[in-house]
Amino acid sequence: MQKLADFKLPPFFNYPPYFTLQPVRDTREKQIQLWKELILDYCKSQKIFLIGVEDDFPLFSNSAIDRSLSHEAREAFLSAIVGEGRAEWLDKGHRKCLILWHRIQDWADMILQFVRDNGLEDSVMTVEEIRTGTESHGTELQGIDRTILMRALKLLENKGKLALFKGTSADDEGVKFSV
Amino acid sequence: MASGSSIGVGVLFENAEVTTSGRPVLRRNEVECFLLSSVEFDSEDDPPRFTTLKSGNLILTTHRLIWIPSQSNGAVPSSISLAAVTHIYSHKKSIKSMFHSPRIRFQADPGAIVVTIVFRGKGDIDGFLTKFWECWRGRAWEEEEKSESETSRSGSGTVAQGLYGNDGTVRMVGLAGILRKEQEQWESTDKSLQDAFQDLNALMSKAKEMVSLAEKMRQKLLSAPSSQNGSTDDEEMGSKEEMQQWMLSVGIISPVTKESAGALYHQELSRQLADFVRIPLEQAGGMISLTDMYYHFNRARGTELISPDDLWQACTLWEKFDVPVMLRKFDSGVMVIQNKSHSDEEVMSRIRMLVTKTETLRAGVTASDAALTLKIAPAMAKEHLLTAETKGLLCRDMSPDGLRFYFNLFPEIDPTSQHIAKDFGTYGVWVKATSMLSV
Repeated sequence: MQKLADFKLPPFFNYPPYFTLQPVRDTREKQIQLWKELILDYCKSQKIFLIGVEDDFPLFSNSAIDRSLSHEAREAFLSAIVGEGRAEWLDKGHRKCLILWHRIQDWADMILQFVRDNGLEDSVMTVEEIRTGTESHGTELQGIDRTILMRALKLLENKGKLALFKGTSADDEGVKFSV
Repeated sequence: MASGSSIGVGVLFENAEVTTSGRPVLRRNEVECFLLSSVEFDSEDDPPRFTTLKSGNLILTTHRLIWIPSQSNGAVPSSISLAAVTHIYSHKKSIKSMFHSPRIRFQADPGAIVVTIVFRGKGDIDGFLTKFWECWRGRAWEEEEKSESETSRSGSGTVAQGLYGNDGTVRMVGLAGILRKEQEQWESTDKSLQDAFQDLNALMSKAKEMVSLAEKMRQKLLSAPSSQNGSTDDEEMGSKEEMQQWMLSVGIISPVTKESAGALYHQELSRQLADFVRIPLEQAGGMISLTDMYYHFNRARGTELISPDDLWQACTLWEKFDVPVMLRKFDSGVMVIQNKSHSDEEVMSRIRMLVTKTETLRAGVTASDAALTLKIAPAMAKEHLLTAETKGLLCRDMSPDGLRFYFNLFPEIDPTSQHIAKDFGTYGVWVKATSMLSV
């Protein structure tokens, strides 16, 4: 079995047609499904939050069989993930894609759990601390993408669970929990 | 062999000797100078001084005017010696002469008869006239007389002098002989070409007439009201069909025909084609492209080749008859002829067998691979592979190496248990086959 870092690639990763966008509808639907799962699994395991369509994203090519996905194919598969709500295009030109292998709602739930676990119900923290602070070590929140974190926090703010406030600089953006 | 005497004695027209293929037999030293077709010799006197020589070829030589009839209607090749010509009239062009065939008149003995040459064909009349003058003035026959009398004086003359042997044939001796031989060959080629082109010119002018006539007919057919009151006049329809028939046989496609159920020509062609198609179809494995059939059919016909359009029309008519063959168009636009009994299923199963072999599971097939294995033309193989892809049997792999087709494993891959290699199913076989390669 092939590996990319510590990720076990499935056998069909070596199936050449896997890398050609299939014209026949039924076949293509199956192919898209397989790619969606693979991308999400891989990003989750490697904590990858962003994919650039033109980047050398490891899944997009397989040197063992000398195949790589065309631009059209990459866009097709990423768009399928976006369509399912598990990703978002960051630009109109569809060049950068934010991968939500956890949905925003899931991240929000994790933040709430994090707050409860650490007794931060009425505390104040900087956004950066949530990401990189000692409390987050070993949790899924560690190293979370800033954009995603802000979105989750905003979601919670709308629910009245916290309040966001600006600090003296971007790094000092803070959160007052009222969970 | 020389005939008669060199100067017509008491006779205007002499019989001219010709070979079995109609070429004039020339005398010693006599050289052909000009050739024209569709020429008539007329006497414009009233009453005429001689019977008109109609419709023949005129050959001007250094010694004579020779007339050879173009049809064997009893007329005899004749000639007038240039020595007998006393006067050649100049060719006056007038407004009147523009509407008539060109004429050249000359006067000849015996009897100072005025002879009119009427030129009914195309030809360089002025050129002829110039040559006529030259030859007449050249008086080549007088030199011959001199040498004739010389040789007769010197005895029985068994020794051939100069280029010509005693029997009048040219002796091919020395450099002069070689040059002379070449000259003769060139002249004869030139003449036969001239002849051929004369015929072609005549044919072309006739063809032009035919085409313009056919055009008029076509216009007439187009403008004629087909059924004004709903009831068609049977007689009119009959003659209309006849006209269509005739026009088609001349090779002109009638626009009216396309609207109708198909003219008789296409119907007959269609039946003929259905019969013919059987054998090439069998050889090609049950399916043959329209272009291949076009080649086969025309090759067999030899002459009277049919156009691609005729072929296509003939095939489309098969629907209306009970024939065992049909025309089929693929999504890609490729058109093929196939047996009605041909089943896609059969081809599919053969393809399936091909792509599930271990080697092809791993590496896939190209259209040419399939063509070799299935024993069909590569273009046909590609169509079959594409059809198999549409049916979900195959999927494609596009790379800089080209287009390949693989057995479609996608349906067998279970996304929820991706990492469990199935022990059964083709996917399992494939996994085993590919894992044997070091990855």
